[in-house]
Amino acid sequence: MFADFYQYDFLRYTFLTGLMIGIIAPLLGTFIVVRRLSLIADALSHVTLAGIAFGLMVEKLFAIVFSPLYAGMIFSVFGSVLIEKLRSVYKAYQEIAIPIILSGGVGLSVIFIAIADGFNNDLFNYLFGSVSAVSQSDFFMILTISIFVILVVALFYKELFTLSFDEEHATISGIHSKRIHLLFIVLTALVIAASIRIVGVLLVSALMTLPVAAAMRLAKGFKQMMGLSILFGELAVISGLISGYYLNIPPGGTIVLVSIIILLISIVIKQLKFPKKVREAK
Amino acid sequence: MKEPIVSMKNVSYAYEEKTVLDHIHFELPQGSFMGLVGPNGGGKTTLIKLLLGLLKPDEGSIELFGKPIGKFKERNKIGFVSQKANTFNRGFPATVFEVVSTGLTAKVGYFKFFSRKHKAKVLEAINQVGMLEYAYENIGNLSGGQQQRVFIARALVNDPELLILDEPTVGVDYENVRRFYELLHQLHEVKNITLLLITHDTGTMTEHATDIVCLNKTLHFHGKPEDYTSLTEEDLSNFYGHPVNVVAHNH
Repeated sequence: MFADFYQYDFLRYTFLTGLMIGIIAPLLGTFIVVRRLSLIADALSHVTLAGIAFGLMVEKLFAIVFSPLYAGMIFSVFGSVLIEKLRSVYKAYQEIAIPIILSGGVGLSVIFIAIADGFNNDLFNYLFGSVSAVSQSDFFMILTISIFVILVVALFYKELFTLSFDEEHATISGIHSKRIHLLFIVLTALVIAASIRIVGVLLVSALMTLPVAAAMRLAKGFKQMMGLSILFGELAVISGLISGYYLNIPPGGTIVLVSIIILLISIVIKQLKFPKKVREAK
Repeated sequence: MKEPIVSMKNVSYAYEEKTVLDHIHFELPQGSFMGLVGPNGGGKTTLIKLLLGLLKPDEGSIELFGKPIGKFKERNKIGFVSQKANTFNRGFPATVFEVVSTGLTAKVGYFKFFSRKHKAKVLEAINQVGMLEYAYENIGNLSGGQQQRVFIARALVNDPELLILDEPTVGVDYENVRRFYELLHQLHEVKNITLLLITHDTGTMTEHATDIVCLNKTLHFHGKPEDYTSLTEEDLSNFYGHPVNVVAHNH
């Protein structure tokens, strides 16, 4: 495999892209999970699907070269802004924004697919990920997004953490909570669009939440949870890509299954520790 | 009389049709320890939200440290411990140090990182509430009384001149309530922090506060604790809006 890695550009791009999303997806995922916004990733991934379908439709009908990934990113960011708008309209029922955007995304996807009279294998790759789908331009786009996301999270870490822990306190202390939240949700949209090529639309939210769910069981403190989440995310992505390459299966499925195995192991480890604590308490 | 650091003039506020504050005049003198009491729905928390700028009054004006609230920018002068301190997400994986450091976020400012000086400040605040040995424990693993101390440390980390506490002793056992009041007493006497405490625990509060304010839509009483404890059952019944029987007890 290492020989192929040096020989084939696409393989190199895929693995390097995988390593990048193994960092940025759990990185944003830590904030998503602790803020109880896990389903937002699902809603945005389905909006991204609508963008991808739109891009493929334009390509097929008008023979215009319009990267579906860029279209997906634009739709995803637009969807994230719309979610925020809906959350501010339905303050007491903020979660209602998620099914609205999710179903809207699926609805649009179906319409675009129907107008284009169906697509070939390419759409399947977008749904479940692929080890051979990352082009050079995709790679550089995802690299740019990754650097941007890591930089913004580093710069706004203390504000994002404060907002995640206690939104009311953040607002009282003078932090621009709404602007920071909007920034966060747009970053989430970008990460989802960037991850689609490897993990696929239907499984991208798993890469953002499952490593975090596992890390949460074991970590002491938020930063440690973030570090463990990235470690588990990388483990899942690397195993997914290697097995995908050798077994010729979409990597998304394996990435999710490995993440679930890590999660189960973390639960067992916690369970083994917990009875001891109960005995001590008694 | 000392300069008031909070001044509300003719303030009214209504949630849609329901008026909760009706033309309130209220002053909090610097250096006082004021207890704010009243029935549920009497407007105590609304009054605090107005002071913190979370709500805007329908009528009247509010001044903080001599400035109209709209022009008051030194928010770090005010520390706040909310009711939510008792109901926060206990599964949130944050250490005591991380939680207390959030108190400094706004003060440090955007695009800046915590320095060694800031970290020392966080540890100092944790030490001040007697929680230093738990600094790197997850907050969810602590008892209710300990968590409450952590939230006070978060409010203290900015060296506030005014500390507002909204029913912080709900669900806390007697021993921790006693320690809590000891801490408040120390902050008031030694650090000279002005305190505004909302509570239903009038018995313990009257032992420590310098001023008591009774609020039930309008201001019913503003005076010294000894005047408050000498109120008759009839006075208290009028104030609470239902019959009140005073029962003396020693916990």
